[in-house]
Amino acid sequence: MNLLRNGASRVGYEVRGYFRQGDTVFFTFLFPLLMLLIFSVAFSSATFGPPGAELTAAEFYLPGMLAAGLLLSGLQNMSIDIAMERSDGTLKRLGGTPLSPVSYFIGKIGQVLVTGILQSALLILVAVVAFGVEVPTDPGRWLTFAWVFLLGVTTCAILGIGLSALPRTGRSATAVVIPIVLVLQFISGVYIAFSGLPEWLRNVASAFPLKWLAQGMRAVFLPAEFEAVEPSGSWDLPLIALACGLWLVVGLIVVRVTFRWIRKDA
Amino acid sequence: MTDAVVRVDDLRKTYRGGVEALRGVSFEIARGETFALLGPNGAGKSTTIEILEGYRDRTSGTVEVLATDPQRGDLDWKARLGIVLQSTGEAPAASVREQLAHFAGFYPNPRDVDEVIAAVGLTDKAKTSIRKLSGGQRRRVDVALGIVGRPELLFLDEPTTGFDPEARRSFWDLIRRLQDEGTTILLTTHYLDEAAELSSRAAIIAGGTVAALGAIHELGGADARVPIVRWRENGVVREERTENPGALVARLSQNGEPERLEIIRPSLEDIYLSFVGTRAEEVDA
Repeated sequence: MNLLRNGASRVGYEVRGYFRQGDTVFFTFLFPLLMLLIFSVAFSSATFGPPGAELTAAEFYLPGMLAAGLLLSGLQNMSIDIAMERSDGTLKRLGGTPLSPVSYFIGKIGQVLVTGILQSALLILVAVVAFGVEVPTDPGRWLTFAWVFLLGVTTCAILGIGLSALPRTGRSATAVVIPIVLVLQFISGVYIAFSGLPEWLRNVASAFPLKWLAQGMRAVFLPAEFEAVEPSGSWDLPLIALACGLWLVVGLIVVRVTFRWIRKDA
Repeated sequence: MTDAVVRVDDLRKTYRGGVEALRGVSFEIARGETFALLGPNGAGKSTTIEILEGYRDRTSGTVEVLATDPQRGDLDWKARLGIVLQSTGEAPAASVREQLAHFAGFYPNPRDVDEVIAAVGLTDKAKTSIRKLSGGQRRRVDVALGIVGRPELLFLDEPTTGFDPEARRSFWDLIRRLQDEGTTILLTTHYLDEAAELSSRAAIIAGGTVAALGAIHELGGADARVPIVRWRENGVVREERTENPGALVARLSQNGEPERLEIIRPSLEDIYLSFVGTRAEEVDA
């Protein structure tokens, strides 16, 4: 009862705090939109994809940017945010109140969900309005979008909370997290077409969730002809669910084992 | 003391790396009492208070806070505590009122948010973002967050650092109101006038042990409070401690007016320094 009421109160508090911080709004919330704008404008005369099913840059990059948004809103946002809160005394203060860590996590996950949904909506809206991207009309595809989004954003948020234990100080958090996030985006088919990468690099990327999320978003937004371009020749939706689900379980275990309000004896 | 809110017996804490921060600390705090923990930086005050708050685990000894071992304190236990930490690190992107209303929601029986804001003198700043407040004003927000849950036991770790004299006086008034309501308070401070003003009993911690413990106006025992008569005779400063300084002065005056005559009653600060000074020497030796 109290857990949920306090959790709901945390969601409101967290979302308000998020949008009042200019740097997170820019680097987490608007960053994928910025990249979509740059790619769409820079490659405005190029086409992407197999002959007969060519796409504009905006159409081609939208799924990748949606997947990147999940990673940024979930993993990057949570890991830096919580590392900062641990370092600046926010967690210590909360740890001295009757707030349950469960309510705290409800607040964090809620913040990620709300900002993630707004971010995706904004990306799709700009793609449609500014670049004339046609979104799918098939409800089945939107159902895929819904579960890929929810599973992806939750997994990324939980992994971010787990990752927040890694940096020793809030200041080093960005230095630890940004390279991980950046490398993942380059090898997972966000900025560079996944099928164009060498096989060994594809295998490395397949060990991490972002590759699967990008693939899921391609399954939603790209025409059927693109399925054959995938390295396996299929969208592999069950594998996406499996890979993300495994990472979610790993993340939950890591969080359960490592999360403390403060570093005792530090 | 049958109704002890805090009970500490032979508390020891050795940090990883072998630093002995506490070497057998014992004291009790009765319900409704304000107890001051005094001592120089690094003496073990903060380690003690953080063990009582449940932030740190002890190495050995017995600790009971509201009849609970802080290492096993649950959320219901935390709901009965108010904690004002020593440092104000974070500056949330929330207004004073938003922050207090949010924290009040964690407690079963919170105080009225606007009354708390008024009590710490921030009514004019209620809608201002905490980020835009001065250091002293942020400290008042810390105090407000500490009392908004209507705690039975309030920890105040150097609460008035950064306060101007006027703010310190109104803080004292606030603490007196909490005392009237029956709140038990554990205070650490570097301002000995503040300790003397607010607390009924105190312990001086130096070098990880209790150097003195007792009622604030009897701290150090009667001997430490014997007045000192100081004067100059033939160019040499002379001092005598006596319970009857008047008689001594009368005797000295028989042979004419003594040079540079003073009668000194040791203040809490003098007594404090005598303990901290001798302890510091022991540790250095």
